[in-house]
Amino acid sequence: MPNPKRRHSKARTSKRRAHDALASIGLAECPSCHERKLPHRACPKCGTYKGREVLEVKEQN
Amino acid sequence: MRHRKAGFKLGRNTSHRRAMLRNLVTSILLEDRVHTTITKAKAARPTVEKMITLGKRGDLHARRQALAFLQTREAVSRLFDTVAPRYGERNGGYLRIVRTTFRKGDGAEQAYIELLGAENVLDEKRQKRAEARQKRRDALAATMTEKTEGQESGDSKD
Repeated sequence: MPNPKRRHSKARTSKRRAHDALASIGLAECPSCHERKLPHRACPKCGTYKGREVLEVKEQN
Repeated sequence: MRHRKAGFKLGRNTSHRRAMLRNLVTSILLEDRVHTTITKAKAARPTVEKMITLGKRGDLHARRQALAFLQTREAVSRLFDTVAPRYGERNGGYLRIVRTTFRKGDGAEQAYIELLGAENVLDEKRQKRAEARQKRRDALAATMTEKTEGQESGDSKD
């Protein structure tokens, strides 16, 4: 079985992983409650989309 | 090759998929708005539009064709009497799909699919639900206060 000839240094490992970072998700601002929300979706905080389309949002007890 | 064969298989065999679509379309026509996954909403949309087109034709043959697909007679009569007349001038695009949140459990993206022009009916329904909820809440509050009062009187005796 083929095996590595030399030890892989920590620098090499981290250099390889330099490009592995996850990109942050693009969030848009909700026009009615100004929370950050996913674009093209109803806002989970205030339940609106394009002015209406109310999801029923649970009130906090 | 599966080139240009669009459509949704939904992880089901043909009969299961057809049955599910019939149920979903029937529900949409009866309830005006259904909360489901985005893929199911997209799969149901063309079929609902075809049903509404049948409803706009309004003759006996169209009615029988709708009856052959929809699961209940109530859905057919609602389609022909209340749903189809809403869309006199409109040629297609009778539905609105709004993406909502991700389902807890399997993380599926969910959406509302609703008939355009059903806003009044939906608002009324929402009003009714809110009233029922308020009633439940009041009843619960009443029983809670009763209980705590009962406990307090018991405590004072000791």
